[in-house]
Amino acid sequence: MKRIFKHTAIAALLAAAIGAAQAGTVTVVTSFPKELTQAYKTAFEKAHPGIRIEILNKNTVQGMAYVRELPAGQRPDVFWASAPDAFEVLAGQGLLEPIADLVNKSAPARVGAYPINPPDFKYLGQALAGYGLMWNTRYVAAHKLSLPRQWAELVKPQYFGHLAMSSPSRSGTTHLTVETLLQGEGWDKGWSQILQIAGNCASITERSFGVPDGVNNGQFGIGLVIDFFGLAGKYSGFPVDFHYPDVTAVVPANIGLVTGAKNKEEARKFIAYTVSFEGQQLLYDPKISRLPILTPEAMAAAGARVPAGYPNPFEIAKRAKVQFNSDLSEARYNVVSAVFDQTITFRLKELQAATKAIHVAEAALAKKPNAKGAQLLKEAREAAYTPVVDTAKVADQAFLALFAANKKDAAVNKGVTALENHWNTSARQNYERARGLAEQALAAVK
Amino acid sequence: MIPTGWRQVGAGVWLAGALVLGFLFLFFVLPVAQVFITAFLDADNSLTLSHFGAFFGQALMREAFTNSLYVALMSALWASVLAVPLAVLTVRFRFRGALLIQTLGVLPLIMPPFVGAVALQLIFGRSGSLNLLLQEYFGITLPIMEGLNGVVFVEAIHYFPFILMNLTVALRNIDGAMEEAALNLGCRGWRLFGRVVFPLSLPGFVAGASLVFVKVFDDLGTPLVMGQTNLLAPQAYLRITQVGLEDPLGYVISVIMIGFSIAAMALSARVLRGRDFSTLQKGGTGLQRRELSWWGAVAAHAWVALVLLVTLSPHLGVLLLSVAQVWSFSPLPDAYTLQHYTTVFQESSGMIRNTLVYCGLAALLDVVLGVTIAYLILRTRLPARQWLDGIATASLAVPGIVLAIGFLRLFKGVTVPGTEMLITGTWVAIMLAYAVRRLPYALRSCMAALQQLHQSLEEAAQSLGATRVRTIRRVMVPLMAGGILAGFVTSFITAAVELSATILLVSADSQAPMSYGIYLYMQSVSGRGPGAALGVLAIAVVAVGTYLSHVVVERTQGLTAHNLNKA
Repeated sequence: MKRIFKHTAIAALLAAAIGAAQAGTVTVVTSFPKELTQAYKTAFEKAHPGIRIEILNKNTVQGMAYVRELPAGQRPDVFWASAPDAFEVLAGQGLLEPIADLVNKSAPARVGAYPINPPDFKYLGQALAGYGLMWNTRYVAAHKLSLPRQWAELVKPQYFGHLAMSSPSRSGTTHLTVETLLQGEGWDKGWSQILQIAGNCASITERSFGVPDGVNNGQFGIGLVIDFFGLAGKYSGFPVDFHYPDVTAVVPANIGLVTGAKNKEEARKFIAYTVSFEGQQLLYDPKISRLPILTPEAMAAAGARVPAGYPNPFEIAKRAKVQFNSDLSEARYNVVSAVFDQTITFRLKELQAATKAIHVAEAALAKKPNAKGAQLLKEAREAAYTPVVDTAKVADQAFLALFAANKKDAAVNKGVTALENHWNTSARQNYERARGLAEQALAAVK
Repeated sequence: MIPTGWRQVGAGVWLAGALVLGFLFLFFVLPVAQVFITAFLDADNSLTLSHFGAFFGQALMREAFTNSLYVALMSALWASVLAVPLAVLTVRFRFRGALLIQTLGVLPLIMPPFVGAVALQLIFGRSGSLNLLLQEYFGITLPIMEGLNGVVFVEAIHYFPFILMNLTVALRNIDGAMEEAALNLGCRGWRLFGRVVFPLSLPGFVAGASLVFVKVFDDLGTPLVMGQTNLLAPQAYLRITQVGLEDPLGYVISVIMIGFSIAAMALSARVLRGRDFSTLQKGGTGLQRRELSWWGAVAAHAWVALVLLVTLSPHLGVLLLSVAQVWSFSPLPDAYTLQHYTTVFQESSGMIRNTLVYCGLAALLDVVLGVTIAYLILRTRLPARQWLDGIATASLAVPGIVLAIGFLRLFKGVTVPGTEMLITGTWVAIMLAYAVRRLPYALRSCMAALQQLHQSLEEAAQSLGATRVRTIRRVMVPLMAGGILAGFVTSFITAAVELSATILLVSADSQAPMSYGIYLYMQSVSGRGPGAALGVLAIAVVAVGTYLSHVVVERTQGLTAHNLNKA
């Protein structure tokens, strides 16, 4: 037994060594699912015989660590993932090379107000995606829920315990959705809406994929997801459907060339291929279901068959009333994540309890109006759904600077954790107070 | 168990200690320290303890600590409730199906990543089979998978085999003469069990229960999947893996968890200290097996059936998922297909071999290290020998991603001699990471086995002229075989489902083991079926591997006994 192990071991070692030494292999680190990467690998290798694509699937965080921790010259060649913030971090660490010359010139510069490629071209937008609502048709029917069309409808009592979303600190696209809401509705009103939606959530998932996964299962009724998760679930036969609300963020998924890559020239060819017409056409595959960076008209003109009823991201983005301000988003990036986690993710149990009590009191008051009860309910809603950081504070430059500073610095970390602790405890107190007030309101009716 | 005077600390002992310590330092302490140093550094890289102050100042952290402690204690308790009757029934009574229990009882440990969670939700979740049926027929639902108690439920049915395996071995090792003596003195029934049998098997029980406790305390996968963030391990993980933010607090939490885990293990060792559990007679008469009364037999079978049904339902779920076309919000899948298996066989056959090679080698390394450390601690006077145990155990509390980043950082630019291949680019790095992460399991089993072995057996061998090495090889190791096997099996099967270090260390498709393959499939909506199919294969492969290792050990044990008789 041991000898067999030893021989296999040596053979495997040799095979691994030879495989890596092979010239013309482009290593791609990606968080994308196998269907997508396999389609690109097959098509590209067919178009460029002699170049081999090696796909390394890692989640975004692990992929970033992998690139960062390897010495230059031994790094993978291409980084390919959704979250624009991950690319910003890699670019900030000098791990991405500008590739302005690889841009597909026939693609528009912007989708809505959002630039498809960043101004410094440290990475390129490769496909578009928008946020929307995904639901499990069986679940919705069994619980007799009406189908939501807009974000604002999700605050209704009927959805209590049936929703799921991820957190901005875990998923770049969730961050963008939250930020879009905040910019569209204003800081205070935006947070109020987010808190009410979150209060109706059964879970704040740790991975963004956890939401569509749970909706496919029937564990959650309705999820806030990125479009291709919803569309791919539908096309894979799950009893799910997807809808874009009027106000939504459309963002590019990105691809970048790693500094100190082994096979730079071949890697550049691969990146150019993914943004070319041929590469964009692959996105229409039902199992992939992503949106090209070229307009549907341009795709059709070049000879692609655009599936009937396929979403047009440029139209969706045009409908959006918000002029997305990415500088503002960047300035308060960590604040939004921290406020969300401290007051929602880590306090979900208390927020749910408060929300439930408010729903119950509200229903009772609707049946039997009562002035004192109404006043108490109003106070309860204020206590539960007012953000712990107000508009004035989030405009304060010193406050923002603290959250943008290096957390390794002991003084900075002390300041940040003290604030986080304050938010966390006040959120808990607020929710408990709100619950008490709502219960008093209910008692006033009876 | 005090080492006798004639045994001075010899050169061989020093060498063995140095080798073990060298291994632990090179592949565990140094890589992890490279990452954890962040917890002690200020922005200008000067040392500071201020980050620890930030930890203790937060109410959320105190709450997380209490929650972790609660979940770990309750899980150990419930795991004992599941495991102790099973172990006692199979060893103490003539019980049909004892072998089946021994085999099936290990399966819960092999819960493939992601697939296991999905299957659990499909069976016990809020819209799982059980609750849908309850809702349909009785109009009620049970919040089995909700809150901290949901975590306790899942952890207990997942980790009770740790207790089952170690306790079974310990019960088998008890000298039948002890029981006979007690019986002669009029002690029987529950009193016999409570006063004689159970106390003698205590090393096995404590080994298992303390493993469950520490493992659950440090586990992050289960709480995260169930949406419970207010525990220490998820709090550390969420901070360490946040995009673009290097948050020292994540590492502070990890360091505190390591300290606590070591303390818990030391405490469990203290419980056993100063008592003698060893018995002289080995291999001959074990405990008597007695007949169950008719009612006893019925009750026992019902209990066993219930326990196995609950603990194996995730596996049933994975099996159903692997042949399901679509399974969503219904008690059973809509339609069945074998397509997923075809897909898996076409795409991932190399992964099975990789899993066997990596996990087999890692488990082998673990039992060699485990036996050595156990020997050094219990049979020698090597200075500071307890530290070896502490260091090895600490790896339970280190998140896989931290160890993997440490490997990449420590061995940056180090190539395999004679090639341009990075050491961290080879599969050896994955295997070593498995060995380090699963060493505590093997170590606990080996320690328990050696604690039950009476020293006079070795002294007898040595007084007959056997050298120390020969004594270890021909007397101790064969007599510890049961415990070593239990250690090998736990290391092997838990390594087979390791994921967090695997994802980071896999540097080519050809190196991927099955756990990575499952992860890949489960990243996409249409990959759930093939992922489950690969999960079923992983369970099957590991089960066969476990069975084969049983056979191998029994055969070599038989040979040794035979040789001993001849000599």
